[in-house]
Amino acid sequence: MYRIGQRVRVSARPHEGHHRTPGYVKGKIGRVERMHASFTNPETRAYGTDGLPKQPLYLVAFSQRDLWPGYRGRAGDQVYVDVFEHWLEVAE
Amino acid sequence: MARGVHDLGGAPTQAPIDRSEHQLADWELLMDALVGTLGRRGLMNVDELRRGIESMPRAEYERASYYERWLYSVESILAEKGVVAAGELDARLGT
Amino acid sequence: MSDHEHDHDHSHTPITNGGEPAAAARVRALEELLVEKGVIAREDVRARVDWLVSRTPADGARLVARAWVDPAFKHRLLADARAAALELGLDPGPSPVVVAVENTPAVHHMVVCTLCSCYPKALLGPPPDWYKSTPYRSRAVSDPRGVLSEFGVELEDEVEVRVVDSTADIRYLVVPRRPAGSETTGEEELAALVTRDSMIGVAVPAATAPAAS
Repeated sequence: MYRIGQRVRVSARPHEGHHRTPGYVKGKIGRVERMHASFTNPETRAYGTDGLPKQPLYLVAFSQRDLWPGYRGRAGDQVYVDVFEHWLEVAE
Repeated sequence: MARGVHDLGGAPTQAPIDRSEHQLADWELLMDALVGTLGRRGLMNVDELRRGIESMPRAEYERASYYERWLYSVESILAEKGVVAAGELDARLGT
Repeated sequence: MSDHEHDHDHSHTPITNGGEPAAAARVRALEELLVEKGVIAREDVRARVDWLVSRTPADGARLVARAWVDPAFKHRLLADARAAALELGLDPGPSPVVVAVENTPAVHHMVVCTLCSCYPKALLGPPPDWYKSTPYRSRAVSDPRGVLSEFGVELEDEVEVRVVDSTADIRYLVVPRRPAGSETTGEEELAALVTRDSMIGVAVPAATAPAAS
């Protein structure tokens, strides 16, 4: 369970098969913006199971400067991404 | 780490965004409706649809139009589940 | 179809009689096969097609217009867009959660689905081709200001750009800023100012209605 405002890192673990964590945030640190409800796990549901138990889903905010070397927009620009709890780790 | 063919966020591209639009053709609406109907029947879910699309070889994925990707996926997933036998659709089309 | 040039992101599908790609016949044959096998019922497919063609951005625009004139509604919209849609008698679609994100003088939101094409189609109709295209999906997250510039959106210097990548079950809708000069415009006319693109976040509503297309 993560709190709103908490710093979290997206796991960079290799994952064969269907998953919904985009490559560009793997290994990156963001901040929990919202906690959504829990939803079926696409990683298992994609292979014919019911996707249970449901997994908590978070909206995580990333600073653009942390994602792209040489990002040319403003310092405050961000990307918000929905990430499942089992892809998040505590970041110091 | 290798990214899936579909995992496009931040991928390098020089292509401008083509803003022309087309109204969905009847076959495209039908493709969309078939997936929705299969979903309601519990025969194929959206995660399976996406997984099927992501299994396309890269060149095919890039060449295919949006609903052609759906068709590829539905054919793969339904064959996997034995709902439609491999080659059954081809036989029907005489191809 | 646009003029063909190099470096565009169309597919080149084989064309058969009547200008349809080979996939068209295949899809129709697939429907026949599935109906014959009793896997699906034709009337269910028809009903689904009817639902798809009934979807237009006018529904999303009604949500935005109501939010612009009614602050309490806006509060409810931002808390739970799905419930707000139901309140107006709109169909929010099968998505369990729809989240409306508000553009303000400080923040401009833009929505993308980098992994596929997730889109609030119940409220906006089917997504435009460009939304599903490789260049948009690639560049929206890494170069949103470049993309906005391509779409002709000029933001004030101090505005922060926030891209929302719909990677999971949530569907996102942008509540654009009410245009200056529309303060006395009634709700119905306001809805006509809210374009589909402004609810994706690649356009900003003008104070006068766009020309009919």
